[in-house]
Amino acid sequence: MDSKDLIRGFIRSNFLFGSNDAKLSDDDSFFETGIIDSTGMLELVSFAETQFGIEVADTELIPENLDSINRLVSFIDRKKVASAS
Amino acid sequence: MLVHEFLERSAARLPEKEALIAGARRLAFGEIDAAANRLANALVSLGVRYGDRVAVLLDNSPETVISLFGVLKADAVFLVVNPTTKPNKVEYILGNCRAAALITSAGKWRTIREAASRVPSLKAVMLTGKSVGAADEDTGGRYDGAVVRWDEIIPAQSAEAPPRKAIDIDLAALIYTSGTTGNPKGVMMTHRNMVSASTSITTYLENRESDIILSVLPLSFDYGLYQILMAMQFGGTVVLERSFLYPYAVINLMRSERVTALPIVPTISAILLQMEELGNERFEHLRYISNTAAALPVSHITGLRKVFPGVRIYSMYGLTECKRVSYLPPEELDRRPTSVGRGMPNEQVYLVDEHDAVITEPGAVGQLVVRGANVMMGYWELPEETAKMLRPGRYPWEKVLYTGDLFTMDEEGFLYFVARGDDIIKSRGEKVSPKEVENVLYSIDGVVEALVVGVPDEVLGQAIKAYVVLKKGASLTEKDILARCSAGLEDFMMPKYVEFRDELPKTSTGKITRKGL
Repeated sequence: MDSKDLIRGFIRSNFLFGSNDAKLSDDDSFFETGIIDSTGMLELVSFAETQFGIEVADTELIPENLDSINRLVSFIDRKKVASAS
Repeated sequence: MLVHEFLERSAARLPEKEALIAGARRLAFGEIDAAANRLANALVSLGVRYGDRVAVLLDNSPETVISLFGVLKADAVFLVVNPTTKPNKVEYILGNCRAAALITSAGKWRTIREAASRVPSLKAVMLTGKSVGAADEDTGGRYDGAVVRWDEIIPAQSAEAPPRKAIDIDLAALIYTSGTTGNPKGVMMTHRNMVSASTSITTYLENRESDIILSVLPLSFDYGLYQILMAMQFGGTVVLERSFLYPYAVINLMRSERVTALPIVPTISAILLQMEELGNERFEHLRYISNTAAALPVSHITGLRKVFPGVRIYSMYGLTECKRVSYLPPEELDRRPTSVGRGMPNEQVYLVDEHDAVITEPGAVGQLVVRGANVMMGYWELPEETAKMLRPGRYPWEKVLYTGDLFTMDEEGFLYFVARGDDIIKSRGEKVSPKEVENVLYSIDGVVEALVVGVPDEVLGQAIKAYVVLKKGASLTEKDILARCSAGLEDFMMPKYVEFRDELPKTSTGKITRKGL
């Protein structure tokens, strides 16, 4: 399973209560769709940190990094590269 | 004084001053006033009459602010409905107050139009946002009223306010609040109620024209709504955000907009205090932080004082039924960190025992009673519920508010919250009616018994726990239960824990009880 699948899986289980995530596109904004609330976002970030071995700084809790599946996956990939080097 | 006169007076005095900042949009007082006048004229042309109820079902946005003032200028009554409200509840609220009109987004209309079509009183719907073509106007169901677009109808209207009939004892707003019975109740607030509350609050917060308030609170919540009303009254600015989803984006905004005021609930301070690097930042402009909706734990107070040294912290308490009750002057925080303070200006509070006698002994537990012009006029068309809360006061014409909450008072009259008298759960600062959640659980095929309670939670205040007994042979999992719940419950009402039991404890008369769980 690649990072995108893992992220989708977490969202499906925790915020969509297992129901079909087909309507959530990779570029849909979590902010606009209201699928995740503020406490949920921290859980998602926590999951990403544990799952991918990265550390998210407070200053990185911004929409550019987190506000869609695609943005989150890119952010994770950048962090993985940074910690590897 | 009418509530919309706050806007009109500030617009006359400071027409070019920024009143509202929402994302990239910056609106001056004059602009908002003109837009609200146009909206009022639009509503009148759509048949909205003096005293009609108009529902505003929108996210925090300039349109929401313009709408509530526009409704008032049309001599009508506004209700801001949380945009995450599920269709069945939207139908209930609109039907309950016999709303004449609804202002919502095109996107939201698609999800609620079927339910709205079952509201016989609804004669006009106004849609904001991008058109998606004729599909918007396809209403389905029996709805045969007008559907118009904000972008088309507003610019065509005059920017002069329509003629005015309303006076200050007229109803201004309905604020729907959860109750123990399972259906939300419309708290009735007149212009006079709201002007009194806003004046008292801005007095103790020492608000001034230079204040810039950052609000992430929903406008459907009175705490969020009043940030706008108060700023309009004192001529300050509101930076309006839709949520606290990206904490650092909000922090950046606090700095870039030189925010002086941050109203929070404990869920927000919990998130802020988890950001370890926050203590290294400087917020030179921040003057105060206020908290209400749930008690601010002492650990949060200590944490906030470390992260925001020199910032005044106001611990407050209130209920929708009278907007706000008390505040603790920040100078008292060291001595009485667990107190929610004393009554606000132009208000009196006292405690009564089970026989309704006023308690004078410091430390004795009693029910808090509130007396003042901020006390609601009652619940919309619920005389029995109203009679439980509003009782005769000092004068024959007067009603005082029996809060149902238990407090103690010390020698100097400072209040300490003890417990709610009812079983309402407070999660994320939001009221959750266990009965409402239970009703949804009972609607799930396979559930024969359900009981919902609040359990302590560090971040949420209280988390919602559902005990469920399944029909023999039913094989629902926790995920199944939650999935079915989400169709009928907003996020903050969703159970965090589901526990299956073979049976639930009962009283001697066979009623399900919390005791013995």
